[in-house]
Amino acid sequence: MEGELHTAADVAARLAATGYLCDDDLATVAFLALRMERPLLLEGEPGTGKTALAEALAESLGLPLVRLQCYEGIDASQALYDWDFPRQILHLRALEAAGGADVEEAEKSLYDERFLLARPVLAALQQAPAVLLVDEVDRADDEFEAFLLEVLATYQVTIPELGTVRAATPPYVVLTSNRTRELHDALKRRCLYHWIDHPDLEREVQIVRSRAPEVSAALAAQVVGVVQRLRDGGELVKPPGVAETLDWARALHHLGTVELDLATAARTLGALVKYREDADRVRGALERMLA
Amino acid sequence: MSAPGTSHEADEVLLGFARALRAAGVPVTPDRSRGFLEAVALVGIDDRRATYAAGRATLCSGPDDLERYDAVFAAWFGARDGLPRPRPPQPVTPVATDLPETDGDGTGGPGEDAEVVRARASEVEVLRHRDVATLSPAERQRLTALFSSLRPRVPFRRTPRHRPWHRGDVDASRTLRASLRRMGEPAEIARRRRGRKPRRVVLLVDVSGSMSGYADALLRLAHRFTQAAPASVETFTLGTRLTHVTRALRLRDPERALVAAGRTVPDWSGGTRLGETLRSFLDRWGQRGTARGAVVVVFSDGWERGDTTELTAQVARLHRVAHRVVWVNPHRGKAGYEPVQRGILAVLPHVDDFVAGHSLATYAELVEVVARA
Repeated sequence: MEGELHTAADVAARLAATGYLCDDDLATVAFLALRMERPLLLEGEPGTGKTALAEALAESLGLPLVRLQCYEGIDASQALYDWDFPRQILHLRALEAAGGADVEEAEKSLYDERFLLARPVLAALQQAPAVLLVDEVDRADDEFEAFLLEVLATYQVTIPELGTVRAATPPYVVLTSNRTRELHDALKRRCLYHWIDHPDLEREVQIVRSRAPEVSAALAAQVVGVVQRLRDGGELVKPPGVAETLDWARALHHLGTVELDLATAARTLGALVKYREDADRVRGALERMLA
Repeated sequence: MSAPGTSHEADEVLLGFARALRAAGVPVTPDRSRGFLEAVALVGIDDRRATYAAGRATLCSGPDDLERYDAVFAAWFGARDGLPRPRPPQPVTPVATDLPETDGDGTGGPGEDAEVVRARASEVEVLRHRDVATLSPAERQRLTALFSSLRPRVPFRRTPRHRPWHRGDVDASRTLRASLRRMGEPAEIARRRRGRKPRRVVLLVDVSGSMSGYADALLRLAHRFTQAAPASVETFTLGTRLTHVTRALRLRDPERALVAAGRTVPDWSGGTRLGETLRSFLDRWGQRGTARGAVVVVFSDGWERGDTTELTAQVARLHRVAHRVVWVNPHRGKAGYEPVQRGILAVLPHVDDFVAGHSLATYAELVEVVARA
């Protein structure tokens, strides 16, 4: 699989085949992450395709994608493994009903792999090679980061009752962060870092065309033109990301729009901006742009 | 074709670049430099664009680093053609400051030689109530020792996760676990309650010219807060630009922490565009989560030249995101103070607490306000 990926251009081509268009910098970083077997830490505005990159990477390599969504208070039992207590108790009851099992044996049979619930990190190690996506790692707590660091350093997990699970080949790890807080340096040092910017006009049109082929070329160009100008204006509370551009283009398409006009644009604004203040500003800007 | 990355000379050039980058303020560690060499060897040093990307991925760790990286890369590797387009520099509008060093009559005269009657027994007590901007260097030194008497505490919030407790809701999984230990016999019912976690405290310190007399004291205060709860306190300085100084303030020794913070902040006593800087705080940090549900303390006199609509809008936005907004104005505690500055008038409706902040005694009060928030 990896043998065919000799240069960053190969990676870019593979990703493009899945519909993910990236620039040279990102392709180079993705290539390095694959070759150096280092986790890839992606930061950037929401909606710039951080999560989508992991999905595209998995698809292009033909590997399963294991996703770990982080949230505040997440701990090892939600990321690594847990025991299936109700099933263990049922098993015990069954043993009792069958009569007089040896206590040692009964206990041993309780901690069998079939009662183990593999959570994402363990699942990724078991299924390796795989792509492990640790999404929005900035939402988790510091303690969880330290734990993650340990796993990423050795690619192994120790379960006291069962032993150590080691990945035959380390999984490709993609971490994404929205920068709600600064990640710890130790974690960052272990990763390759990339800041994903909003794409430029030309590339965004390509992205819309490849992701939403039903949208006409003219409409795509118009939509992207408006979005880019809104972003450059720098007046919005939350500038629209690529995801919002796609939503808006699709929304317009569903209304049968072929060419962007003020009335339809105003009606579909909800797909593009999600703040009342922004909606007012965009309405004003649209009048100027489409006049 | 030059040998890819492995040749002695190439390594020297690359390591020299890493060192130059460190000198420019990007925290480059030896293992990062090693990763850089490895990455360049993979992409080939003759490909300038790929070298650029490889360095960015291995040496930088945040958007603040990228700008410096671009500048150093351009300088180190010479010819600018073939380089990817550098990130446009942050639109910083330098503001000329013609503000008076201290606030004239309000502060009771610029202070090195201001006469103060001191009773011997209550020298410390007097110092606690003195305006820090008017202290002589000797008094200032004595006051810094008093800062250690401040004991900041961060408030708590309830978390969605539960903790074992002796009464409350039934904790099913712990009950099951216990019964498993008894070979499936029903055991005592375990209970749980919601956990408690320290609430985040965000300190925004205005370091513009009009606040220069207070900057030192405020950063010392911020240092006390950071030391009290290193994981839940974030500090930024507001000037012509926004600077994240939390890391510097985590150094235990106050003097070293202040020196480190001073090195990080590029715009001491410059001008300020309070509204604009607050906006960049909210865009880059606040709205994403740093200010969400946090107690945000703004140390500023609200001195905003020109239009205050931006300032109003941003403080209103801050108020919607944060749990509580505390505004600390050094001039508030002074005799005869009226909130007449337009900036302050504009923000007052969106502020939960408006407190003074010119002396150690007022800082002690502020500590209480934050702890109760």
